[in-house]
Amino acid sequence: MSEVVPVAHPPVLALRGITKRFGGVQALVDVDLRVRAGEVVALAGDNGAGKSTLVKVISGVSPADRGVIEWEGRLVQIKRPHDAHALGIATVYQDLAMCDNLDVVGNLFLGREIDRVGVLDEVEMERRARDLMRALSIRIPDVRVPVAALSAGQRQAVAISRSLMGAPKVLLLDEPTAALGVEQTSHLLDLIEEVRDRGMAIILISHNMGDIKAVADRVAVLRLGRNNGLFDVSTVTQEQIISSVTGAADNAVAHRSKGDEEAWP
Amino acid sequence: MSRGGPHRDGGPAGPGSPGPITTDRERRAARGWRDSVRQYALEVRGSVRGGERGPLLVLAGLLVIWIVFQGLDDKFLSPRNLSNLSVDIVGTGLVAVGIVFVLLIREIDLSVGSVSGLAGAAFAVLNVNHGVPEWLAVIVAVATGTAVGAFHGFFHAWLGVPAFVVTLAGLLIWNGLTLYLLGASGTINIDEEGLVASLTSRHFGNDLVAYAVAALGTAGYFLAAHRRRSRHRAAGMPYRTEGDIGMRTGLLAVVAFAGAHTLNRFQGLPLALLIFLVVLVVSDYLLRRTRYGRRVYAVGGGVEAARRAGIGVERVRVAMFMVSGTLAAFGGLFVASGLTSASPTTARAAGSGMLLINAIAAAVIGGTSLFGGRGSPWSVLLGVVVIQSIASGMGLLGVQDAVQFMITGGVLLAAVAADALSRRAQARRGRP
Repeated sequence: MSEVVPVAHPPVLALRGITKRFGGVQALVDVDLRVRAGEVVALAGDNGAGKSTLVKVISGVSPADRGVIEWEGRLVQIKRPHDAHALGIATVYQDLAMCDNLDVVGNLFLGREIDRVGVLDEVEMERRARDLMRALSIRIPDVRVPVAALSAGQRQAVAISRSLMGAPKVLLLDEPTAALGVEQTSHLLDLIEEVRDRGMAIILISHNMGDIKAVADRVAVLRLGRNNGLFDVSTVTQEQIISSVTGAADNAVAHRSKGDEEAWP
Repeated sequence: MSRGGPHRDGGPAGPGSPGPITTDRERRAARGWRDSVRQYALEVRGSVRGGERGPLLVLAGLLVIWIVFQGLDDKFLSPRNLSNLSVDIVGTGLVAVGIVFVLLIREIDLSVGSVSGLAGAAFAVLNVNHGVPEWLAVIVAVATGTAVGAFHGFFHAWLGVPAFVVTLAGLLIWNGLTLYLLGASGTINIDEEGLVASLTSRHFGNDLVAYAVAALGTAGYFLAAHRRRSRHRAAGMPYRTEGDIGMRTGLLAVVAFAGAHTLNRFQGLPLALLIFLVVLVVSDYLLRRTRYGRRVYAVGGGVEAARRAGIGVERVRVAMFMVSGTLAAFGGLFVASGLTSASPTTARAAGSGMLLINAIAAAVIGGTSLFGGRGSPWSVLLGVVVIQSIASGMGLLGVQDAVQFMITGGVLLAAVAADALSRRAQARRGRP
């Protein structure tokens, strides 16, 4: 399904030489990452490798000290969450951040309610919520149940569909399958493909090699805050990724692929 | 878009869905009252799963309370006592509505009793001692409550002091200020013919007024429900059946007209009750139907989610304490009106927390959660009737204060325990 995307396009989002330091700790050193429309790039790495830090840099929660961010080919600054939002970067954090007391409709439209002079247009919001759930084939009992009554997988799906409400171009998913069972995970991976096929660029942070092999087009490995490999998922083996993650193979394919067009599959 | 795929039917849910509303176009014609009852049961189950407690249990409790007190003293359900009850609930009820706003954002305001005492004192001092016109003194008294709320909100939201500490300090500060204001002159009697006194003494003697209000409320409910139904139907979405709307409207009409009839057998519709009902309708609409109200619920349901959705959490917090202070002051005027005085004794009583406890109990008994994000102003009506029924019944029987305190405290504890239990049950069932 990845051939949907014309290869000629520049990456939607390109990071070059991202460096971030917390006190004496180098969290990120010269990290590069690119993602094109209609592809899923997995971001893998051990605990403390810098994945979460990189997510915070991209989402504007904690901007980089040095480095360049390009959005659709032009230089941009992401200093605050608002900047990322304005560009079209949506983030689904691991904790999901939902209002348990509100129903699915309320959560989907939180902060962007449809209203007429301040009075909520519940009918229109519910209609759009149903359309969205249907279009993404998300199975939930009803859009009017409080999210507190949903399963972990359903909540994750609702969180992802909420992040799509603002019509973003890049979607950051932080460990979306960490809390899910087997069947829920497979539903979620279907959802990620569905979203990818709509032309979205997706950065998927994951520990799970199975998920990465199933849904990602490429996988970028971070180790100790540095790039430690960039692989085409269709050709790489799970062992190669794991050895790159653990540092058993420091000279993995396309090691430190800084600015290297050949490194792109 | 290779995966548009087989579309699931948009209907709500498979079997066992807690969905509150039925969709089915095919079945809608054949639905009778039995389906309505079943639908109501489903709806209750759905909201209980979402962490709400249905009102049925409280209604049953109220029925028991009424039957017991009527058995002990047959004056309890007399039109006179019920009419007095409907006036006595208003002061506490208004304070409790303010508490609901604060509880919804998962905070607490312990100062409301003192603030209502302060408002009464401010009014009396300005009007009686300094000759300020009543309307102006009322505005200043209510605005004092708003300012006090802003003060609490500032300390809580911007300086990060826990709300219960801020308002606990407030409880003492404003009670002290009240005693200070009244200190020189002792008890201040307010004008018995005046505006504030009429808040609780005025009744609409004409029977038609009470019936008109009942009819208006019922018709308003019916039209709103009907309009929602047509809009849902036009959008091809689940909607309530005609029979269901009819049954609900019927129940409301029975309650409203029975109430109107009872009130008319004494002195007619009390102005205080009318004001209370208007405050309930307005605040319920504000909280549940407007964009702003949705944000209030969001802050109570998940601060982090609200913040990420771009909601100014601090502003909402300050605003809720302002609402609570304002309604506490407004309620305080009704309390002063009922006593036709502002006195250090009542100020001490306010400081002792009777009004505070009653207001919190009313909100929680009615179904507003201490854990934030769940409940509505309407819950206050039920809760305050329960609380005031107990107080009124014990008053009729001449139960001494000491016992009344223990019983009221026990009722509050029971209500809070029920709230905590329903939250635990929900955590076991729903959450991951």
